[in-house]
Amino acid sequence: MLAMEYRGPKRVRATQKPMPEIKHPQDAIVRVTRSCICGSDLHLYNGNVPDTRVGMTFGHEFCGIVEEVGPEVTKVKVGDHVLVPFNVACGECHFCKQGMFGNCHESNTQASAVGGIFGYSHTAGGYNGGQAEYARVPYANVGPTVIPEGMDPDDAVLLTDVVPTGYQAAEMAGIQKGDTVVVFGAGPVGIMAARCCWLFGAGRVIIIDKEDYRLEFARNYANCEAYNFEKDMDDPVVFIKKQTDFMGADCVIDAVGAEAAGNAMQTITGRKLLLQAGSATAMHWAINSVKKGGVVSVVGVYGPTDNLIPMGNVLNKGLTIRGNQASVKRLLPRLIEHVQNGVINPKALITHRIPLEEVADGYRLFSAKLDNCIKPLLVFPSANI
Amino acid sequence: MENTLRDPQKLPGWGIDANPDNDPTYPMREPRLNVSQDPDSKHRPASLQPVDVEVLKSIERPNVSAVFGESSPPVGLSGMIRRFAFKYSESHYGHWLPLLLADRVNVVEGIIEDLGQGKVPNIFAEKGYAAEWKHNRTAFVAKMATIAAVTIGSILILTRDNEKKHKYRY
Repeated sequence: MLAMEYRGPKRVRATQKPMPEIKHPQDAIVRVTRSCICGSDLHLYNGNVPDTRVGMTFGHEFCGIVEEVGPEVTKVKVGDHVLVPFNVACGECHFCKQGMFGNCHESNTQASAVGGIFGYSHTAGGYNGGQAEYARVPYANVGPTVIPEGMDPDDAVLLTDVVPTGYQAAEMAGIQKGDTVVVFGAGPVGIMAARCCWLFGAGRVIIIDKEDYRLEFARNYANCEAYNFEKDMDDPVVFIKKQTDFMGADCVIDAVGAEAAGNAMQTITGRKLLLQAGSATAMHWAINSVKKGGVVSVVGVYGPTDNLIPMGNVLNKGLTIRGNQASVKRLLPRLIEHVQNGVINPKALITHRIPLEEVADGYRLFSAKLDNCIKPLLVFPSANI
Repeated sequence: MENTLRDPQKLPGWGIDANPDNDPTYPMREPRLNVSQDPDSKHRPASLQPVDVEVLKSIERPNVSAVFGESSPPVGLSGMIRRFAFKYSESHYGHWLPLLLADRVNVVEGIIEDLGQGKVPNIFAEKGYAAEWKHNRTAFVAKMATIAAVTIGSILILTRDNEKKHKYRY
């Protein structure tokens, strides 16, 4: 089968790999029909996540048709068109039982801090991902969800990560009606988070980034205020303070993570020298621009080591910091409803369709923010849908 | 760019998920369980994936998880470094720094592997430079020219140093 393959920092290719096999009675094999490149794939692509091994296939945002199931699979059957949450979750452990499907304890041998994630390094379990014609999907009774009749697969594939992660970012921000929410990062997740803030009754939503085309997209898609931190302000923290009568925002969402720009020291130590687990610029700004007693919600992905953030201010301001990988399975019923009712329009985020054979160009395009790229979708030779 | 917005309260869905009870424990919306009180805290799935490839296990957990990924098992020098890394916990630099080193060693191993199979890796294609050429040509050419100039300049300087070093030799 044709699959994306990692060869080293900023080097990927499409190549022929062996077909995946059933390895556990609850496994399914899925023929992938849609797969996206995620902003968090870029952390792997740039070589920032430890234990990212040459030969691995990335891809944790995909949907596809069930081709084969293990003997204990009862919830999906061959021929079902399913969307596959990015979390690998058993559904039975101490954490899954509490709805924390992103923190499953039976899906990742290599690290205890995170559950299994498809195609996301061995630090997240070592699973090959969905940027391939076929993928092995463990715990098929838990994760894969049949795409409702009439739902566009382009909408469905974004329900595997972007929509739930953006929604949970807003949810974890603890937004109350009328709150002012600041979102750092106008990538797909940040844009979706800004859109979802309104569902929780936000009174004002401000998004901050440095790419004008993304800010313009966010302004139109999420109906939020959008500002360029390189052009519209000298200091994002002071700017937000001025926007909020010098009190600070009620809630701030970090939707950037390790690739943040905007602070030379963070960029050099976090992204170039890898002396910290990515550049923590957005997190730094979030802590300093939220109000005293406010909430910082973190969905931007950082590596597993350390980051330079102002912990003293977390204490002195009495902040609550909430973060997690999105618990996709928990959120899906509500989000499917929102998509079906036209409250959320996920597929509008997709700006590029790239053949799997040209996956290297897709990664470069997305990583370098070329051609006004918001969200690239990989097109498969065998998809037929 | 101007921020002329529509009244958010007229957007579809405004406030429909508002929840006054949303408190800091919200991600664990189900009744919170204390590990020691959870009768199923040691529960394991009925079936375990057979361990038929080498799986490196975090020392912060007691066993191999019921399912695991089988991509790229540890091999070669990078594999040796990874095995060393897994002697340390996830809160130790002895774990993460060797893993980063192993990743870089693994890249060289990947190139050797390609060459061993008679395949010269197409670095230009793998880096997606075609996309840069198509959408960002001026900056791309400038970047490549800079790299070339720095490389040539470095070679020239090193060569000149060599000549100076031997200037008194007969």
